[in-house]
Amino acid sequence: MDPLKVRVWRGGAEGSFQHFVVPRHASQTVLDVVTYIQRVLDPTLAYRFACRVGMCGSCAMTVNGAARWTCRTHVDKVYQKESLELAPLRNLPVVRDLVTDMREFFDKWARARGSFQGTKTRADDFEKISPGSEKRKQVDAAIECIGCGVCYSSCDVVAANPDYLGPAALNRAWTLVKDERDVEGVERLRAVAGDAGCHSCHTHMSCTERCPKQLSPTAGIAGLKREVSLALLTSAL
Amino acid sequence: MSAKAETLLWVMQRASAAVLGLCVLVHLGTMIYAVRGGLTAAEILSRTRGSAAWLAFYTVFVLAISLHVPIGLRTVLGEWLGWRGAVRSGLLFLFALAMAFTGMRAVIGVYS
Repeated sequence: MDPLKVRVWRGGAEGSFQHFVVPRHASQTVLDVVTYIQRVLDPTLAYRFACRVGMCGSCAMTVNGAARWTCRTHVDKVYQKESLELAPLRNLPVVRDLVTDMREFFDKWARARGSFQGTKTRADDFEKISPGSEKRKQVDAAIECIGCGVCYSSCDVVAANPDYLGPAALNRAWTLVKDERDVEGVERLRAVAGDAGCHSCHTHMSCTERCPKQLSPTAGIAGLKREVSLALLTSAL
Repeated sequence: MSAKAETLLWVMQRASAAVLGLCVLVHLGTMIYAVRGGLTAAEILSRTRGSAAWLAFYTVFVLAISLHVPIGLRTVLGEWLGWRGAVRSGLLFLFALAMAFTGMRAVIGVYS
């Protein structure tokens, strides 16, 4: 197999692409390529990964212009015109090379009131939630987010409005709005409404297109719009 | 702006869009029907003058536009120019009034 020609972003917000040539292997992932560069060609390359099996969400990067999880992206799938271009995620400050500062991304989860608020204690019995109930099915459809930031990086609304909470935080809020045990209720709806919240979503569906877990934050955001509107019309908001 | 006010604007824009969808269909249908034998001002006025139905229809049309356009512009200004805050909302409120005033002036003009 011919070796891979790889262009890798070096530097912070200002920087340039550096060229590398990497041996090609069968079933090689993009993360394998980055790891080879860092271990063999240039140990100063900064990148982030942990689990390598698509669970932790730390290895997302921009691969040939699109945000992807690199540990589960095979080179065969993305190698175009004899070139592989690797850059940090968009819509996040670049720390160095392929590493972005994820603080704003996760702070927005907190702003969207993304933590579960229950009332039960250890002394109480388990809440009985039927797996087949409509609400639980809606939660199940959205709950498997790994926080990789691919949706946030792919979202044009985040690019246009830096205050926008983004698909992942709103998707998280949606899973809690539909969680029958959660008691945050209207406070969370207030947190996700308005210019920085669900009402700014243009339904471009880039998040849904790019989510490596095949979730649909767009559907969750549409659900939030319905819930917030209902709260307004019933004078609860 | 509060979550309640933002949501109210969003609901108003969606509701006005639904109304406009119907209005545009009726408006286009009428145009296609009306131009079949050539279009004259006299023919239009003969249809609209004294017609309470057309007055009501175009009043609804103009008011829906006066709601829908400024709310949409508000988002465009925020996202494209980064212009947010009370001045933007105040100017767009004046713009809405201007649209409603000029639109209603035209509606009343072809009615009376």
